[in-house]
Amino acid sequence: MKIRHVIKLANLPLAPEEEEKYSQQLSKILDYIKELDSVDTSGVEPTFNVSGQKNIMAEDNIGSCLPQDEVLSNATQKRNGLFVTKGVFEE
Amino acid sequence: MQKSKLQFKIQNLTELTLIETIQALKEKQFSEEELNKAYLDRISTLNPELNIFLEVKKNTRGIPAAIKDIIVTKGIRTTAGSKILSNFIPPYNATVIDRLLEHGISVIGKTNCDEFAMGSSGENSAYGPTKNPWDPTKVPGGTSSGSAASVAGDMCVFSLGTDTGGSIRQPASFCGVVGLKPSYGRVSRYGTIAMASSFDQIGPITKCVDDARMVLEWTSGGDSYDANCQKEKEKFTLQPSRLQVGLKGLKVGVPKEYFGKGLDKGVEKIIKEAILKLEELGAEVVEITLPHTEYGVAAYYILVPSEISSNYARFDGIRFGHARDQFGSEPKRRIMLGIFALSSGFYDDYFAKAAKVRTLIKQDFERVFEKVDVIVGPVSPTVAWNLGEKIDDPLKMYLSDAYTIPASLAGIPGLSIPCGFADNLPVGLQILGKHMNDELVLNVGEIYEQATDWHLKKPDLRFKI
Repeated sequence: MKIRHVIKLANLPLAPEEEEKYSQQLSKILDYIKELDSVDTSGVEPTFNVSGQKNIMAEDNIGSCLPQDEVLSNATQKRNGLFVTKGVFEE
Repeated sequence: MQKSKLQFKIQNLTELTLIETIQALKEKQFSEEELNKAYLDRISTLNPELNIFLEVKKNTRGIPAAIKDIIVTKGIRTTAGSKILSNFIPPYNATVIDRLLEHGISVIGKTNCDEFAMGSSGENSAYGPTKNPWDPTKVPGGTSSGSAASVAGDMCVFSLGTDTGGSIRQPASFCGVVGLKPSYGRVSRYGTIAMASSFDQIGPITKCVDDARMVLEWTSGGDSYDANCQKEKEKFTLQPSRLQVGLKGLKVGVPKEYFGKGLDKGVEKIIKEAILKLEELGAEVVEITLPHTEYGVAAYYILVPSEISSNYARFDGIRFGHARDQFGSEPKRRIMLGIFALSSGFYDDYFAKAAKVRTLIKQDFERVFEKVDVIVGPVSPTVAWNLGEKIDDPLKMYLSDAYTIPASLAGIPGLSIPCGFADNLPVGLQILGKHMNDELVLNVGEIYEQATDWHLKKPDLRFKI
């Protein structure tokens, strides 16, 4: 596993000594997971959902929603009734 | 229940079950204020030692329930056991909370849990480990650690937990209380901080099976905010009349894979005695095989981290919570594992493979349920272990859930009920049923419970009182 690549995709800031620790732990877990290779899954369909439900539709109606100040109540930074985020186009 | 028997028990009103409490309130044996005070007194005495509650509300009204801190409660801090949410005050209630409030239940407090419900021992909480009321040097199990321990310690009438791979059943087993993971799709998860969405279920932890049935009836049924939740509202009627007939005609499957290496001898003995008891009660016991059991943990630790890595992108520190460096070790491990399993070049070998193995495990159960009505076995291969024993070995921790994970992969209901003690620690019997046949699982559990008195045993909490 290329731990640096995974950390970047996961957007997880890790200290260098953490990288080493997780790298070892994850390798051990992945070795165990390799046991799955011994299962014959040819012709087996994958299962992604076990609810037995299919195509659950909802009416496209406007329902009640929270007032703006409550929606923003947990934001670290807000301005003019909006969330403040990092700039997307700034370098 | 006869009034005289109830009055006798009222000397210790925190020992009453939910159903007894409702009746006693109706009879005006005590007031809601007295009830709340009794529980709050117990919490303030025991919590400093056991670290069960992260938040306590000084209520004077309602029947006090403890809620796992991963279920959002309007105006009550909800941390999911994580530092990343240390300041999160939800602006709304989870569907299950609104449903409980409609039935006169109040939230007495939020219970400690492994961070984001990831773990098996309660030790992954950023707020310190919960201790087992039966022995504070032992883990209470996880991840609904405080929810199970609060019921065991009579610090609430009942609690809610969540179960993704065993997180209701295993702590219920370790703490000697009743815990139900309902069928996937039975109870709305709206307002529960998601771990792995194709697995997560909310369920009750209670002092008896009848209480679990009542809480399930209150909380189950369709919700437009959880599309996986079955629309039809099923009635879980209290059925004392069924108890007359015992278990005659019931076929109970015992999977040989749940009695292999790794199962503690003491636990095995207790579980076998429980199975004999079921036979005595009229059940026909059949040996069965669930051949893909041994691959459950491996498949689970691909599928669950994959769902986590996607779900946990929402923790961006913008709308709520702190920055991502505040995640603890286990969430970090699982996010990385999931990102890897889903990354380009590895998807087929890991995620797709595990999803196919999930099909085989589901089919194992479907095949067996053509021949038997329920499956029974141990919840956990061991009783509660020492605090700190497995914390440095994540894989060892994962493997301790080998008997609860398969039912989670298949989405079927599972109940843990107290069935004895090994090394002076509680052992839970696991009862599994067909998808959406929660009723039968509860009935079998209740018939066993009525014929035994394990659920009446209480931990000796004099170490503190």
